[in-house]
Amino acid sequence: MATVIPTAPRRAKRRDRKSGVNQAGKQMHGSKLTYVILAVVVLISIFPFYWTILAASTSNTEINKVPPNWLPGGNLFKNFHAALNNVDMGKALVNSLIVSGCVAAGTVMFSTLAGFAFAKLRFRFRSVLLGLTIGTMMVPYQLGIVPLFLLMTKLGWSDHLQSVIFPTLVSAFGVFFMRQYLLNALPDELVEAGRVDGASSLRIFLSVVVPIARPAMAVLGMLTFMASWNDFFWPIVVLTSDNPTVQVAIDNLGSGYVPDESIIMAGTLLGTLPVLAVFIVLGRQIVGGIMQGAVKG
Amino acid sequence: MAVATTESPLEKALPPPGGRSWRSRRARWDLKFSPYAFVSPFFVLFAAFGLYPLIWTAWTSLHKVELENPDQSTWVGLKNYTDLLSDHNFWNAFRNTFQMGVLSTVPQLMMALGLAHLLNYKLRGRTFWRVAVLSPFATSVAAATLVFAQLFGRDYGFINWVLHFAGIHAIDFQNGTWSAQIAISVIVTWRWTGYNALIYLAAMQSIPAEQYESAAMDGANRWQQFRHVTVPGLRPTIVFTIVVSTIGASQLFGEPLLFSGGGSNPEMGGVSRQYQTLSMYFYERGFTDQHLGRAAAIAWAMFLMIVLFVLINTLLARRTRSAK
Repeated sequence: MATVIPTAPRRAKRRDRKSGVNQAGKQMHGSKLTYVILAVVVLISIFPFYWTILAASTSNTEINKVPPNWLPGGNLFKNFHAALNNVDMGKALVNSLIVSGCVAAGTVMFSTLAGFAFAKLRFRFRSVLLGLTIGTMMVPYQLGIVPLFLLMTKLGWSDHLQSVIFPTLVSAFGVFFMRQYLLNALPDELVEAGRVDGASSLRIFLSVVVPIARPAMAVLGMLTFMASWNDFFWPIVVLTSDNPTVQVAIDNLGSGYVPDESIIMAGTLLGTLPVLAVFIVLGRQIVGGIMQGAVKG
Repeated sequence: MAVATTESPLEKALPPPGGRSWRSRRARWDLKFSPYAFVSPFFVLFAAFGLYPLIWTAWTSLHKVELENPDQSTWVGLKNYTDLLSDHNFWNAFRNTFQMGVLSTVPQLMMALGLAHLLNYKLRGRTFWRVAVLSPFATSVAAATLVFAQLFGRDYGFINWVLHFAGIHAIDFQNGTWSAQIAISVIVTWRWTGYNALIYLAAMQSIPAEQYESAAMDGANRWQQFRHVTVPGLRPTIVFTIVVSTIGASQLFGEPLLFSGGGSNPEMGGVSRQYQTLSMYFYERGFTDQHLGRAAAIAWAMFLMIVLFVLINTLLARRTRSAK
């Protein structure tokens, strides 16, 4: 396994280390060119979002205009309405909220528990078990698709939300993420002090570890929520359009018979807005979380 | 990997075993067993939804099993695997996966490195730039692909409209081989470049400033500093992102599945399977043709390839480290 060396969790408001240092040892300012290149990158990053809004707000006769209209048209809500009639996007949004909420909550809880044990508790086979945990990241999810599908059929869970929730309730990435954070953020003395006071491990976990782990838990929760919201392969296998998540609904929009492109775009926009809203509000924290040594989970 | 000792200083501090007090015995048990309880949810759930499928798939790949009747199986030994070797659709999918993996990973990581370097300057509105380059990461595969499929449209697509200014004739992205693979790689690159740039940026900031200072003292210019201080400092991170991106690329599924923009069999990956990946072929075998044994063999072949790749990478990384 390649070893990751996550950077230590940063204290909020801590000034960034110097980098790109000149003779005098001061941090270099970005030149004009730096800003120009960054602006181009940001434009490319954001353009597809803008395009989606343009396409979702035009009528179908206008969508294929070359060159396109550069300002949104007035048909947005009409198209939203049509998209909601074509696929059950309303139900899909509720379903995705339930699934992503449960998966995020479960992952955060179990990852914090296991991460604390791997970071601060001594027990036999600790390093072996940790190695196993990281090794599980190598298993491609395709390996599980068929047997899980049969398992869910046997359990009678097909097309029910629990079939999407349970398999993703834990993540090796989450365990590793919490362990790395707690290694640095949780002083050994606090755990020892709890022991001396006669507190049980669980009590120490609840009253000492959780308050300290809270920032990392929030970041892991957000990352997991987004990943779960955007999960695609397994939901389209096990769910049908009767009980879809947002991704299943979008898949139906794209591959089903929907009369026009602007309605497809309106549905896509509807399905993306909630995550986008989370991202815009909490973007700074998400950036911080990824920079704390996040890896693709 | 050191095995943790079971005697912690703390255990010595506790009253000796055999102490009659029930409290101390409970504390001792707690110390011994609670760590296992804390890690058990992960392992229990992984056993049910990770390990069991792994073993089941291995077993099934040695049998003939049909989706209509999954409880009936006939032992066929390695036939599913030997059939794969002579199956040109499998090799086609393998080649496509490899090509798109290279097309989407190599430029992506290079751009991410350059972008991280720019973000590392002292910038006005630092947080804004970071959040903005990460924004594609917030979209889903499905949403991004539908939008890009429109942008790459043949007759009215925005990209062809831009290209015509450069005097390039309209390209039929969906039906070409290279053009479709490049278009799909662009979607992957668009979604992940900012994310990897932030990972590189974090690693760059943990390189001590003294290293740059001493390089500057030695008269190294900016480019030399980047080459001789930044890149060596990022080596473990670069190896890591290569491994993770490659594992991701080997499982490419959603983008090519939706890129065709509908049609009856999207898992075929275009009219002549010109962008069908291994994951899509796996899906086609398992759920369209309903041959579970064959699908299982494809999944295991993928797993073995990933393990092999990670091993080679780890060895190479060790080699370069010891060679230094």
